Amino acid sequence: MAENPGAAVDEGVRSELQKQGVYLTTWDGLVNWGRSNSVWPMQFGLACCAIEMIASAASRFDIARFGSEIFRASPRQADLMIVAGTVTKKMAPQVVRLYNQMPEPKYVISMGACATSGGPFHKGYNVLKGVDRYIPVDVYIAGCPPTPQSLLDGLIRLQEQLRTRSLPAEVAKKKGEYTIPAYGPRGLEPKSNPEVWNPSMAATPANLTNPAAGPA
Amino acid sequence: MLPPVEEIKTHLESLLPGLTLTVESGALIVPPGQLLSVCRTLKDSERFRLDYLSNLAAADYPPERIEVVYHLCSMAQKHGPVTLKVKLPRENTAVASVVPVWRGAEFQEREAYDLYGVKFEGHPDLRRILMWDEFEGYPMRKDYKHEDQDA
Repeated sequence: MAENPGAAVDEGVRSELQKQGVYLTTWDGLVNWGRSNSVWPMQFGLACCAIEMIASAASRFDIARFGSEIFRASPRQADLMIVAGTVTKKMAPQVVRLYNQMPEPKYVISMGACATSGGPFHKGYNVLKGVDRYIPVDVYIAGCPPTPQSLLDGLIRLQEQLRTRSLPAEVAKKKGEYTIPAYGPRGLEPKSNPEVWNPSMAATPANLTNPAAGPA
Repeated sequence: MLPPVEEIKTHLESLLPGLTLTVESGALIVPPGQLLSVCRTLKDSERFRLDYLSNLAAADYPPERIEVVYHLCSMAQKHGPVTLKVKLPRENTAVASVVPVWRGAEFQEREAYDLYGVKFEGHPDLRRILMWDEFEGYPMRKDYKHEDQDA
């Protein structure tokens, strides 16, 4: 059994009881065991990261080992949105709309440099500098593109998060629909959703200064 | 085998009176006004049969001009590519559409219009193809200033 924060019974006693065929757990522990081992991703890819995501689902890497092999072709049946690739400004409203259509509880993995920050297109005119400007992200994966091993690592980290969360608390603080940005004359409007993102999170030169280096 | 570009130049000039072509690093520079007749002649010519437009692109050379580049091949004669270039002033980028000659030019001309603002006259459906309809400006022009997403 996974971490079980609410369990009032001593670990040793529980283990003894288990040997006798008596299993003790909490509601959260049971729910989290179930939902963390059956995370169904949504079946959509945006760029080359999607190829690595497909490789993760195929026999060599086999994402089914972690219970996530059922890529759903409908947001209504998916728990996890893997943002696999470059989010262009033209695509961003559709990504947010798909996220809105997913049922609670729902999670987001930002896969690769593009989805996280714009990646090599950071200084371009047509790419969103990170999908976290419009939707909340649970796990970021580095890489360009990340290997299937990295994606599996990201999934395992998401599962670790889920095992320590409380489902009722998560559902209670749900936000409902997130703002879908509109096409403007130069870019998207608004430029970000203040509910999930603030400018201090931007990868600007000032924010990227290495504090360890100290003053000269 | 691809005929030498000088031969194509001579052939065109003999068929189209009043036409003057120049050759720059293997490319034929065509005056904008005569582009359509040059293209039709190359496509219909028994000798060259350039029946396939393999590529159409634009390039920005500020401050004065934008070039449209055409690469032509022949499926019938198995030769190509022949490069045509049209030089347009940046402030008036109108040029004839070659969609009536090669149907495959439609989307490529829309892309050049979308990103460089080249106005292809006679195009059946000239609107943006990559950027959204509400977008303003031509982002691949070198003087385009894109928005600051962090502002």
